[in-house]
Amino acid sequence: MAKLKGLKCRECGRQYPATPVHVCEFCFGPLEVDYQYEALKGVVTRESIAAGPPSMWRYKDLLPIEGEVAVGHHVGFTPLIRAQNLAEELDCKEVWIKNDSVCHPTWSFKDRVVAVAVTKAREFGFDTVACASTGNLANSVAAHAAEGRLKSYIFIPADLEQGKVLGTLVYNPTLVAVHGTYDEVNRLCSEIADKYRWAFVNVNFRPYYSEGSKSFGYEIAEQLGWRTPQHIIVPCAGGSLITKIWKALKELKTLGLIDGPVKTKMHAAQALGCGPIVTMIKNDSDVLRPVRPNTIAKSLAIGNPADGYYAYKVAKESGGHGEHATDEEIIEGMLLLARTEGIFTETAGGVTVAVTKKLIETGVIPRGESVVISITGNGLKTPDALYERLEAHVKIKPSLSAFDRALADLKNQAS
Amino acid sequence: MTRTRVRLTFPSNLIQEPILYHLVKDFDIVINIRRADVKEDYGWVALEMEAGEDTLARGVKWLKDKGVQVDPIERDVIA
Ligand SMILES: Cc1ncc(COP(=O)(O)O)c(C=O)c1O
Ligand SMILES: [Zn+2]
Repeated sequence: MAKLKGLKCRECGRQYPATPVHVCEFCFGPLEVDYQYEALKGVVTRESIAAGPPSMWRYKDLLPIEGEVAVGHHVGFTPLIRAQNLAEELDCKEVWIKNDSVCHPTWSFKDRVVAVAVTKAREFGFDTVACASTGNLANSVAAHAAEGRLKSYIFIPADLEQGKVLGTLVYNPTLVAVHGTYDEVNRLCSEIADKYRWAFVNVNFRPYYSEGSKSFGYEIAEQLGWRTPQHIIVPCAGGSLITKIWKALKELKTLGLIDGPVKTKMHAAQALGCGPIVTMIKNDSDVLRPVRPNTIAKSLAIGNPADGYYAYKVAKESGGHGEHATDEEIIEGMLLLARTEGIFTETAGGVTVAVTKKLIETGVIPRGESVVISITGNGLKTPDALYERLEAHVKIKPSLSAFDRALADLKNQAS
Repeated sequence: MTRTRVRLTFPSNLIQEPILYHLVKDFDIVINIRRADVKEDYGWVALEMEAGEDTLARGVKWLKDKGVQVDPIERDVIA
């Protein structure tokens, strides 16, 4: 089944064969994977999907992989949880958590995109993969490269704390620390991606890589019993995830896998200290103004997002909105999710929970409607975000009487 | 000769200035504009620049000193 039509420019529509290219030669617009949906109709069914593995690969027919899956066989199909306690706290009827904080193997939704990129790199005959990252992406690329026995180069700014790279170094990649300003490091990585015949996952492999995010959207629909929620809140950095979830829902509609029209409103969640996409949405302007990030939400700190314009368009087209969260609100969001549902998410999840709360409080999300909150990363990777906020409640000497007294004090305080 | 694809972002105070004219004339850089969006108070241009490596570096530095934001065509790649 020739399911791939090739690549298509998102700006001028020119078509290209499916090769490792990412920019349109004519207009420099970004390229996107294009499929033969006609050939997939009736072949990809609810039954064929249900018969697949309990991973993102149950949707392999809708991903840009033509051969066998090479790495990340267990990525995805993470829990969709009916969050009753959080719903009560938010005073909202139907709240769901799509929980990629437990995505295998590196605890963030980035495993979805990287598993596709690395599999595609093998398919194209590459022996080296690379990325520039300060966190989740680096973890995932290094892990999947190790599994696929590929060489990997991970570029980081030299001033990144050592603790941040342990979860990457353990997989034995070549870690390159670059001295320079953010702009200089960024530019260098773009030049390296241009010069070397490597699969730079989020640069020359971006068209394939980003398609992996669609699986997040397919899973939401399938896990809801092949229906779409009224609202999905998505944390945005480069702006790719939100556009791909939307693409996924529309594809399911095209293929006849969901009944009725897709009426999901897609809402963008960003930090106040780095929120250029939400600013566009709030100002109702299609002009993205790059910002200098200043937020504790490091995994969302992209000041000049490649897909910012498309993310804005998705929010508009779907009837969704967006909100910013302050650093304080981000922490509160993390604590709220942990306290109500027992899920420890990272700052990106804190942003998403905080933004959901705001959208409900301001009436943008009506309290009687169904809401899916996208939790995309795990808090245990970067616990430092909370160090100053949390401490042991009770400190005692090792005697029963000391504990009795402490317990009595606690009960007094509570009453 | 080196070729590079960049995205230039112009703040409002530079919109009326002949920046690209000077880039070509003073530095002898060949430019080829592919896409642009210039509004009253803001604008960006996606273009290709071609010149010797040193010349390009000097041209880019001049642009930045003027207040133009110079990014690779992919924009932020550190994720
Ligand atoms: C945990 C987490 N959530 C969300 C995002 C945002 O994804 P995108 O860059 O596709 O907007 C990222 C990374 O970029 C991330 O690391
Ligand atoms: Zn084009």
